Amino acid sequence: MAAEPSTNDTPWLVADAEPLIRIKGVSKKFGDFTAVNNVNLDIYQGELFCLLGGSGCGKTTLLRMLAGFETPTSGQIIIDGVDMSDVPPYERPTNMMFQSYALFPHMSVEKNVAFGLKQDKVPKDEIAERVHNILKLVELEDFKARKPQQLSGGQRQRVALARALVKEPKVLLLDEPLAALDKKLREQTQFELANIQEEVGVTFVVVTHDQEEAMTLSTRIAVMDKGEFQQIGTPTEIYEFPDNRFVADFIGSANIVEGKVVENDADHVLVSTDLGDIYIDHGQPTTKGSRVWVAIRPEKIQLSKEAPKKAAPNQIAGKVDDIGYLGGMSIYLVRLENGEIVDVTTPNLLRPKNKSQGITWEDDVYLSWEPSSAMLLNK
Amino acid sequence: MYNNRSKFLTLMLTLGMIFFYVPILMLIIYSFNYSRIVPVWGGWSVRWYEVLFKSEEVWNAVVLSLQIGVINATFATILGTLAGLAMVRFGRFKGRTLFGGMLVAPLVMPEVITGLSLLVMFITLKQLIGWPAERGFTTITIAHITFSLAYVAVIVQARLTGMGETLEEAALDLGAKPFRVLTFITLPRLAPGMAAGWLLAFTLSLDDLVISSFVTGPGANTLPILIFSRIRTGLRPDINALATIIILFVAACVAIAALIMFQQQRRARRDEQIASQGTL
Amino acid sequence: MSASAQDAAGKVSKVSTDSSGLLSRLARKLQSRWRTIVIVIPFVWLLLFFLAPFFIVAKISLAELKIASPPFTNMLDWSGDGFPKIRLIFDNFVYLWEDSLYFRTYLNSIKIAAISTFICLLFGYPIAYGIVRSGPVTKQLLLFAVILPFWTSFLLRVYAWMGLLADQGTINNLLIWVGLIDEPIRMLYNEFAVYVGIVYTYMPFMILPLYANMEKLDSTLNEAAADLGSKPSNTFFKVTLPLTMPGIIAGSLLVFIPATGEYVIPDLLGGGNVLMIGRLLYNEFSANTDWPLAAAVAIVLLLLLVLPMTIYQYYQGKATEA
Repeated sequence: MAAEPSTNDTPWLVADAEPLIRIKGVSKKFGDFTAVNNVNLDIYQGELFCLLGGSGCGKTTLLRMLAGFETPTSGQIIIDGVDMSDVPPYERPTNMMFQSYALFPHMSVEKNVAFGLKQDKVPKDEIAERVHNILKLVELEDFKARKPQQLSGGQRQRVALARALVKEPKVLLLDEPLAALDKKLREQTQFELANIQEEVGVTFVVVTHDQEEAMTLSTRIAVMDKGEFQQIGTPTEIYEFPDNRFVADFIGSANIVEGKVVENDADHVLVSTDLGDIYIDHGQPTTKGSRVWVAIRPEKIQLSKEAPKKAAPNQIAGKVDDIGYLGGMSIYLVRLENGEIVDVTTPNLLRPKNKSQGITWEDDVYLSWEPSSAMLLNK
Repeated sequence: MYNNRSKFLTLMLTLGMIFFYVPILMLIIYSFNYSRIVPVWGGWSVRWYEVLFKSEEVWNAVVLSLQIGVINATFATILGTLAGLAMVRFGRFKGRTLFGGMLVAPLVMPEVITGLSLLVMFITLKQLIGWPAERGFTTITIAHITFSLAYVAVIVQARLTGMGETLEEAALDLGAKPFRVLTFITLPRLAPGMAAGWLLAFTLSLDDLVISSFVTGPGANTLPILIFSRIRTGLRPDINALATIIILFVAACVAIAALIMFQQQRRARRDEQIASQGTL
Repeated sequence: MSASAQDAAGKVSKVSTDSSGLLSRLARKLQSRWRTIVIVIPFVWLLLFFLAPFFIVAKISLAELKIASPPFTNMLDWSGDGFPKIRLIFDNFVYLWEDSLYFRTYLNSIKIAAISTFICLLFGYPIAYGIVRSGPVTKQLLLFAVILPFWTSFLLRVYAWMGLLADQGTINNLLIWVGLIDEPIRMLYNEFAVYVGIVYTYMPFMILPLYANMEKLDSTLNEAAADLGSKPSNTFFKVTLPLTMPGIIAGSLLVFIPATGEYVIPDLLGGGNVLMIGRLLYNEFSANTDWPLAAAVAIVLLLLLVLPMTIYQYYQGKATEA
């Protein structure tokens, strides 16, 4: 038996927990275009929640509705028990970090950060102290007299974060917080951001199109497409147990094949597909004879030059069509006898003895995977 | 909520437009007044248009103004384009600051000062080299070119800056000599800006009174000089008629030019749409 | 490190910091002749017909009135013992200083120009802001509507107000017809009419730079301010207004400078009753044919406007850089 999950880490599993943000049946239409379509979502205190999706999926619109820049066409947003319908942005307990950072170009770093506190008529010495502390947290004390134009991209990003955080909002909204940074800096900042969130304990709602970023940062992710949630869950749930083909394909990559359920028992499902019969050993709700899809992640397929010793399910032969060498791992495109191409990734665990690869172009290879590795998708 | 105009802004816009256009509208309406005394309505009539068309003085002024306007616009566009190219594309050169200053100053210089200084310049030139022998057509045209070229240069500079240098660099990279790059890449792309500059120079010339008054000589009455001499003593119905014709003519020219530009923008947008659909 | 190596290093850094771009560097190397022509033609034109005339005006302002053509003395006097004597006569400037008419006229011109500029800003700012906040098609139409009067005749737009403001004019007729007044209000040939005329004709010069400035403003800055707890009015004063300062300054100077020297408006709408320096200058020149005095008036006006013109050029450069 698994241990009872701690309430601190997974508040969404606690039956009677009161959510900090309640989004109830919210829709947003721009003319004929429906940006957000009747979504429901609860976000809890202390979460780092990611809204993940491609461009135009409605994630930013949803965030802007939380901040108060857009009014929902229908539905209700409740933050900390208060209905936000008639609350203008400047009275909401939320603060936003803008994708462009939106730093005031005519104010120094210090003035930018102090701006929000001044609006709340915080006493002068308290402003000074809080600005000092937050700049220390983001390691920008030495730059407080500079104008935003005199800062690097990473520094601007931290000023924007400090400016939003210094007001100690109940919810911090982050719109593509790392999109403007280059790859190396982005990877480093991901962890910094998560650490800062842990330190201040503020609930973060992050909008991103970058699945890696979402996976690294979040407690939970909502995958959005066409204004609707496709799945809400922890990074592991979303990756290993996708609800549908969209999520399986959008998060990471997957070989997806259509099939028909031929056996549906308590301990396994057998699906007849173009890749032969696929045996899946964990029962998933389906019915015999129904049309389903099977998704197999490339890294969960074993590749070998020798034929498997004994016949077992989930084995298939093919020929290496192309190889992509990425250093840490390699991608093999394997052409099956029926012409289908299957993606396989293999970690390069050992340094090769000579400069030639173990498996190379046009080699005959055998693919196999564990019965638990394939994912059954009903839609 | 944050992208729309507030009621106050809409109100100000409405008031602003009324303020801009009601005077012009009234001017046009009263040009069709039968009465000799402009503000007293005497019924609809086109008699002042007839008076206007019969006046040889008016015709002469129109012809003179149009001649000056066309020559001025052409020369100002050439000079202004050269000046714009020099300012935007040639990096640093000796006297650039002075040059830039002389290109901006005519835009804000009070006309009385420009007019007076050009007049004394022409007189000095006549004393020194005997040219220009007479003040009139030539001196007015030179004066107009001088301030018009600054306006053209502003438009050309804005367009050059907007265009960026990538295409020119690509042409150089593909082996085109700088002069060919200028004639085959830069100038064709600059053409809309030059056309707008020509039109602006033309209307500025057609409109100028003060500078022309200073540098003109006996007998050379441009249209504004003629109009001004008549309205100094008060309202005149035939001037209302003339004003209506001028305003509608210029407005039509500008509207057509704007429409052409708008069409081009729309075509560009449509091309973009087609392109984006093509990739799907 | 040897001296020559240091030299070379210096050269390298010099080349790499030269910001004039690949195009201009290549252009300089390959064909310098046509490039020179492109610069020289407009340069010489402006030197000859824009800059040089000012020096001649300055020279004449130091000359004496003479009944001749042209009506001024030469300051190089060849009479006497064969050596030219330079006779500088500051009488004209002394006269300007001593005759209170000129002093009052300069002051009045600046007053009228300043107040008109302020009125233009007061109404032009919300109009420009309204245009920026409009939808794309409306924006184009409104912009066109603001630019159109700028293209149509200045003189005729002033004339249009003569018809509106006259004792028998449209406004008085309307007010009498409505019954608000019995006697026409005197609106033409006074300072009021001059204000109306300047505000009307110069308004586009205020709106356009403001519009250009506001259009570049990032609207997310307003959202950021609201998000940080700032009410719309506070956001306007703390964010929008400071960031549109370059536009305000450029627009104000673009109205103030030419308005100070305005001639047509005080002449047509002010009649003989409004003292403005442009009109005085023109009268000295044409009616009194006192060219040296007119030149002195022009030089003083120019000196008054040099500072605002320099500031304008600074902001103009700033605007095109951005």
